[in-house]
Amino acid sequence: MSAISTYFKSIFHSLFTVLVGMKITGLHLFKRSVTIQYPNVKKPIPERARNRLYVNIDDCIGCLQCAAACPVDCITIETIKATPDVDLGMTSKNTKKRLYIAQFDIDCAKCCYCGLCTYPCPTECIVMTEVYEYSEYERKNLVYSFATMTPEDSIAARRRLQQYEAEQAAKKVHIQPKPTPPSGTDAAPATT
Amino acid sequence: MIETVQQFILALLANELVVAVILSVLPLVFVIIYTLVVLYTEMKVAAHIQDRVAYMMTGWHGILQPIADMIKLLLKEDIIPEKADRILFRVAPYVTFAGSYAAFAVLPFTSIYIGANIHLGAFFLIASGSIVVVGILMAGWSSNNKWSLLGGLRSAAQMVSYEIPTALALVIVAMITGSLNLQEITKFQDGGIHNWLIFGGPFPLKTKLLLLPFTLITFIILFVASIAEVNRTPFDLPEAESELVQGFFTEYSGLRFAMFYLSEYANLFVVSALSVSLFLGGWSSPFGSVLSGPVWGIFWFVSKAYVLVLLQIWVRWTLPRLRVDQLMYVSWKVLTPWLFVCLLAVGAILVSVE
Repeated sequence: MSAISTYFKSIFHSLFTVLVGMKITGLHLFKRSVTIQYPNVKKPIPERARNRLYVNIDDCIGCLQCAAACPVDCITIETIKATPDVDLGMTSKNTKKRLYIAQFDIDCAKCCYCGLCTYPCPTECIVMTEVYEYSEYERKNLVYSFATMTPEDSIAARRRLQQYEAEQAAKKVHIQPKPTPPSGTDAAPATT
Repeated sequence: MIETVQQFILALLANELVVAVILSVLPLVFVIIYTLVVLYTEMKVAAHIQDRVAYMMTGWHGILQPIADMIKLLLKEDIIPEKADRILFRVAPYVTFAGSYAAFAVLPFTSIYIGANIHLGAFFLIASGSIVVVGILMAGWSSNNKWSLLGGLRSAAQMVSYEIPTALALVIVAMITGSLNLQEITKFQDGGIHNWLIFGGPFPLKTKLLLLPFTLITFIILFVASIAEVNRTPFDLPEAESELVQGFFTEYSGLRFAMFYLSEYANLFVVSALSVSLFLGGWSSPFGSVLSGPVWGIFWFVSKAYVLVLLQIWVRWTLPRLRVDQLMYVSWKVLTPWLFVCLLAVGAILVSVE
């Protein structure tokens, strides 16, 4: 007897549960969908979100602190000392710029978006922007160069620096006569 | 006297061969358009049930997406596995489609159109459904892939066992209407929603009320069996995306895959159309003589079938898949005995009324 009653019970139970399930899906059918039509409609980015880096090169003083802070070494900076006769101007925070920035490359393929480079920057010129769609077909296109100097400019600046240093060295030689090297074996390693 | 579409075309062209060709191509056009519409509906319903919005980019709300999908399928490379049985592998999709397409010959689209007005129409429909099983089994076996083989075997077991409830439901209808011709069965139910067999048929009120519970149960059972016939969730064991990776058509690609797809959706329409012509009055208008006529007939027939297809889609995205033993349990221990009860009861009522 119990087998028969479970048979009927199971049939009605299954029919009932099917209807319950269909009621739920039927209600969802007419619910507002949660999809955001992504390329056309974008979700607002949260405040202080970390995305692509940007460097305001006019404010950069070439202190290399960001490159030192970067845990994945994605920032490559090359600086050239400016000679005293050149005035590179001031940053927006009134710090005097003393270095040419010959190269300021950020490899965003390596960047891990930790934001550690932005904290030590004394002039706050390296920042995280809100740009997050910058896929490329070539990996080398992800290396962003922020330096504004042309190669010719940097060669010229380097030559001026060398010239200046040579002049300074010559002045030093003029003021302090070259000490006579002590005779003996000491001079031998210095010359090699 | 021109009474049917056949006679009209014959009078127009005066060549029986041309008429035969036209009449056999006509449903194909319908099947292709219908498949595109159902593909779109299915994706949209599936998405909205899951609170998504499906495709939106191609045309207004992605209305052109099914066409794009079809073009993509047709442009794909046609791969035949190295160790597959090449002949069977190539033939299988066409056999499957031929099986589902043959059924369109006996569907009464409207009062003046039926492909072949044969007396065993409904029986022919069931028989052509069995050809689909052969095609699926061929596909599963010739792919030389264990998942495909499992899918094919499951499909054979399932479709064979679910043909019995379908055929028994047919017997009950044949007992009430006295015909197996779907056109005759539809004409029997003509004249308004109260005459439909699902509500007891065109009988005096007392007989109607006696028949009502049994015909209703028969309709529900036929609906369940028809879902199983077309291999859809919750009876999609032969395809079982998550376990058999599409089962019997894992190895298919390109045009052949498209053929299977087309066959599946054609089959979906056939079983819905069968339920419609058996129980929901076929092409007859639900409001008696209002909005009835040959053109309205096509509208009613297709839209009724479409509602049933929508119901099947709704069920598909609601229920999980059954286990193999549960599938057999449902067929042999629930649907078939209940249909036998209905059969006996309907027979007894009809005899006692007379």
